[in-house]
Amino acid sequence: MGSAFETRALVIGIGNLLRGDDGVGRFVAQRLAGRNIPGVRVLEHEGEMTWLMEAWAGADAVFVVDAVSSKSTTGTVRRFDAAQQTLEGQSLRNSSHAFGLREAVELARAWNRLPRRLIIYGIVGKSFDLGAELSPRVRQAVPRVADRIAAELSANQLPSKERIQRKLA
Amino acid sequence: MKSKTIKVDYLARVEGEGSLIVKIQGRRLTDVKLKIFEPPRFFEAFLRGRKFSEVPDITARICGICPVAYQMSACHAIEDAFGVKVEGPLRELRRLLYCGEWIESHALHVYMLHAPDFLGYEDALSMAKDHAEAVQRGLRIKKTGNEIVNVLGGREIHPINVRVGGFYRIPRKQEFAGIIENLKWARDAAIETVRWVSGFSFPGFERDYEFVALRHPQEYPFNEGRLLSNKGLDIDIREYEQHFVEEHVQHSNALHSRLKERGPYFVGPLARYNLNFDRLSPLAQETARDSGLGSVCRNPFQSIIVRGVELVYACDEALRILEKFALPDSPAKELEPRVGTGYGCTEAPRGILYHRYRIDERGLVLDAKIVPPTSQNQKTIENDLWQFVQANMDSPKDALQRQCEQAIRNYDPCISCATHFLKLEIERNEEAQELGKNS
Repeated sequence: MGSAFETRALVIGIGNLLRGDDGVGRFVAQRLAGRNIPGVRVLEHEGEMTWLMEAWAGADAVFVVDAVSSKSTTGTVRRFDAAQQTLEGQSLRNSSHAFGLREAVELARAWNRLPRRLIIYGIVGKSFDLGAELSPRVRQAVPRVADRIAAELSANQLPSKERIQRKLA
Repeated sequence: MKSKTIKVDYLARVEGEGSLIVKIQGRRLTDVKLKIFEPPRFFEAFLRGRKFSEVPDITARICGICPVAYQMSACHAIEDAFGVKVEGPLRELRRLLYCGEWIESHALHVYMLHAPDFLGYEDALSMAKDHAEAVQRGLRIKKTGNEIVNVLGGREIHPINVRVGGFYRIPRKQEFAGIIENLKWARDAAIETVRWVSGFSFPGFERDYEFVALRHPQEYPFNEGRLLSNKGLDIDIREYEQHFVEEHVQHSNALHSRLKERGPYFVGPLARYNLNFDRLSPLAQETARDSGLGSVCRNPFQSIIVRGVELVYACDEALRILEKFALPDSPAKELEPRVGTGYGCTEAPRGILYHRYRIDERGLVLDAKIVPPTSQNQKTIENDLWQFVQANMDSPKDALQRQCEQAIRNYDPCISCATHFLKLEIERNEEAQELGKNS
């Protein structure tokens, strides 16, 4: 298609699939990828800072999903609007290396490089042990978060060529 | 007796789980312990029974920052056991891969981990607002290193293209095309890095260290050489265990390594530089001289300048290799497993990384020994802190604490790449201590 009307929307699932609930962001991304939403790119990654900043450069709307380490109930879903809120150091689970999502967001903010719309979904995890599976409550959150992002994507989508054509038909 | 304790619960500028405890009673420093509570990882144990060909990929998982070093030391050790020597273009490509890792690792440490200490920032994020150009430069240099590891190693972290005897696949020349242009930029940016960091102010601090590094007849060391020190050590790497010993200390899950004859020693960029200044490329030497650095530097706080000089060297060396890139006849040298013991020692970004494997007739590992740079520097770090705290006893507590952390970061300790906490405690006796007023 490659139309100028296409929304440059991006979903990024962050995490390590080998560390229990840490991988939840990637499960959400996989679920959304399976839906083949037009005009939406879905990526999975470990969440390294410079990769994130490059991945979202030029995108209009970006949704990032990551695990959260918090005392809240396992499976709780938090939504951050990066334009409105600063990411706290301890809230988002740190990636396995020193610089991850929080640093990517705050560096981008410092340098005025934040995407126009950057929404972060954090899912409170319980076990981040090597080789662990998703906790039941975290697993239950996966379709819920995928649905919410899909809804946001359709509500906020700029008119894509396909949509216009569909409307006209 | 009362004592005061300060805790820093979150500090993201060392690799791995560790803490520092400094105890001061009155005006007397009574204890300094660098505690490493990162759990033991048992890599040496679970290498037993594995096939020799799996070793580079298994040991690479020890570290996400310097996997190439683990792969290189492992390959060299196993090739040594099999009586094989990898030469020519394959050897050059190994050096190129190592350049990539040094560039990544040093750029990260100089700009994101260590510079904030010198400029008075809590972390790289807060520094990035005021020093946007510098931080962007650092990240772009790092990216150039990542590109080399990505193209030649197959991916950026834990590369998958390295095998005993060489590589699984040799990238085509055109895959490196973009990297050459980026490296030319990065080399200039590395020179700028040295200018930038040499303008920082450095605590006047020196000790009579024993520096240990590889030394090669022609090259600044990556993969090969004899082990030398400034105090007379000059050995083949096979003799490593005759001269160095690892000891368990109660407060650390990482073994402390020391020279049997003389005790603690110092590995890493400063050691390499001091023992190999004459092996740096002319450009790297000139950059060092222009920055005011002599051919010997004993101030560990100035290791940030030396890392900058090594960045220049790594870019320069990578360009030299790429500009005369020749395709090897095959991606790897053929080899036949044979019974034996092999030794490997290469220069990881943080210093020498020693591997030794005993292999049976089926090519299975009977036992393994791995000595990473950080365990070799642990005692030297503690000794630095003893001297530093004693000399700066009157500093306000917060300042002293920050400087202790900075002194640890001189060594870019890589406790592991799994998590990154440093908990720091300074205990002081309040009654006899005026310092308490500042806390």
